[in-house]
Amino acid sequence: MVKIKSSTLAEKQRVRSLAKFIVAQRTIIVLILLLIVLCVVIGYLIPSFLTFQNFTNVLRQVSITAIIAVGMTFVIITEGIDISVGSIVALCGVIAALALKSNIPIFPSVLLALIVGIVVGLFNGVLVAYGRVLPFVATLGTMYLVRGGVLIIAKGQAIWDLPDQFVKIGTGYFLGIPIPVITMLVIYTLGYVLLRHFTFGRYVLSIGGDEESAMLCGIPIRKIKLLTYGLCGLLSGVAGVILAGRLGSGQPSVGQGYELVAIAAAVIGGNSLSGGKGSVLGTLIGAFILGVVSNALNLWGVASFFQTVITGGIVIVAVLADKLKKNKD
Amino acid sequence: MVLNFDNENDVIVKMENITKRFGGVYAVSDVSFKLYKGEVLALVGDNGAGKSTLVKILSGALVTDEGIIYVNGKQVKIKTPMDARELGIEMIYQQLALINNLDIPSNIFMGREIRQKWILGLLGLMNLQAMRRKAEDLLNSFKISIGDISKEVRNFSGGQRQMVAISRAVYFQAQVIIMDEPTAALGVAEAKKVCQFISKLKKAGVSVIIISHNINEVYEVADRFMVLKTGKLVDVVQKGEATIDDIVTMIISGKALKAVCR
Repeated sequence: MVKIKSSTLAEKQRVRSLAKFIVAQRTIIVLILLLIVLCVVIGYLIPSFLTFQNFTNVLRQVSITAIIAVGMTFVIITEGIDISVGSIVALCGVIAALALKSNIPIFPSVLLALIVGIVVGLFNGVLVAYGRVLPFVATLGTMYLVRGGVLIIAKGQAIWDLPDQFVKIGTGYFLGIPIPVITMLVIYTLGYVLLRHFTFGRYVLSIGGDEESAMLCGIPIRKIKLLTYGLCGLLSGVAGVILAGRLGSGQPSVGQGYELVAIAAAVIGGNSLSGGKGSVLGTLIGAFILGVVSNALNLWGVASFFQTVITGGIVIVAVLADKLKKNKD
Repeated sequence: MVLNFDNENDVIVKMENITKRFGGVYAVSDVSFKLYKGEVLALVGDNGAGKSTLVKILSGALVTDEGIIYVNGKQVKIKTPMDARELGIEMIYQQLALINNLDIPSNIFMGREIRQKWILGLLGLMNLQAMRRKAEDLLNSFKISIGDISKEVRNFSGGQRQMVAISRAVYFQAQVIIMDEPTAALGVAEAKKVCQFISKLKKAGVSVIIISHNINEVYEVADRFMVLKTGKLVDVVQKGEATIDDIVTMIISGKALKAVCR
């Protein structure tokens, strides 16, 4: 008699903790379900969607903006925004290309490009955290500044004939998986750990949650904000290098509109533009959702400007949904 | 613990000639007082009396324009909340300074997280299990049943959040805990619990400065009362010397006890 009682109690506890888990992770679960439903529906309507080749393409496409989106996530959590990421992507790609053309080996060339990305990011950070400039305004200025700069540096032209080894960064495979995809997965894992298990991530969340309280707790607000923009710049640089590899060239005009996709991915993923909520995993799924929708539109023959309209529409819906959720709380 | 208000050795904090201006307004004007070990000092006064400003200077949220602060007999400079914390002074703000979207262990350890060993710890890798366990032990030792401590702190009641804020101060072994209107947003039962907890702190030798509008509530637990009016010190009286009415009259009139007593 006693044996039966204890087993049902244990079972009840298990069910209860499972239910608690589901409720706590409900945003992620909803997003994953949404993604699955999308894939099923699109696969039904467009059979060519469900091929391995297509999936690989989607993943490769997604990885570049997804990498930027991680950096954007950290910035958004602190109630900031960085719309200069697209320009940084172009700048770092061109810098890498120019370095390679000057016969600098691949590793230092990539390193140089990443450092440039960090520097631009820190520049944004100084404007926002220390100059107290509104993030949108500061990064808007940087966006144009950097875009102009990269056009000047590249003399308005693409830089071709890059070494094969470098091109592999964007086009190659490692253990059967495209290198950009592996890079994306590694970066997301690191991003998740950084946000949840490192003090930096916790301080980022606290600033987004209640900046004044965080300050009273002794959190170095300005330093943390500076670092989030630096991180965003770095990840934009990574995306820029991968893109240059993929295109086989450093192109000064790429990246336009990437900021929209990165922001959209973060917002869909449950990160609130008014800060505080933080989910790296959500951003990843958000990036996938956008990638899948974009891919479906491509396969269906929809022109790319429509895709921009749709992406913009998704952002608005996601932001409104976030507002509604906030008001409900 | 018997309090001896004549023993200089028992003075844990001394603030001398503290003055703080905001623009042309004197929020605090030449205020001096002593805080003794293990005492509960009630800081009372009307709105705009300078109570919050004075304690914020002690807690490092503000920097005094003039005056000297002594802790344990030594002159100190308190420029940031961290400076105050290092001296064992913790403040529990009226809004509690809790981070609503984080859980209880995160809040208790905010800014002072337990890190893992070795180099990753230096880079900021946290020991989440250790913090969770210590938070649980802490709350259990106060006999506070708070439920699931991994829920976001916004989901808890005012009294529970107050206890989290107080636990944060107690955990880091504060010698001086400042509470700004701790019972303002609480119901009767929860306010009583907070007052009981303040008595416990006193028994443990912690000094408590409590700002309160509710003289009745604070009269029971306080040892002395410090009255401010428009930034100036009116008087400091011991509980035995004055009644609640006397104190209220002092607050309103701005006159010291001798002038108020008939």
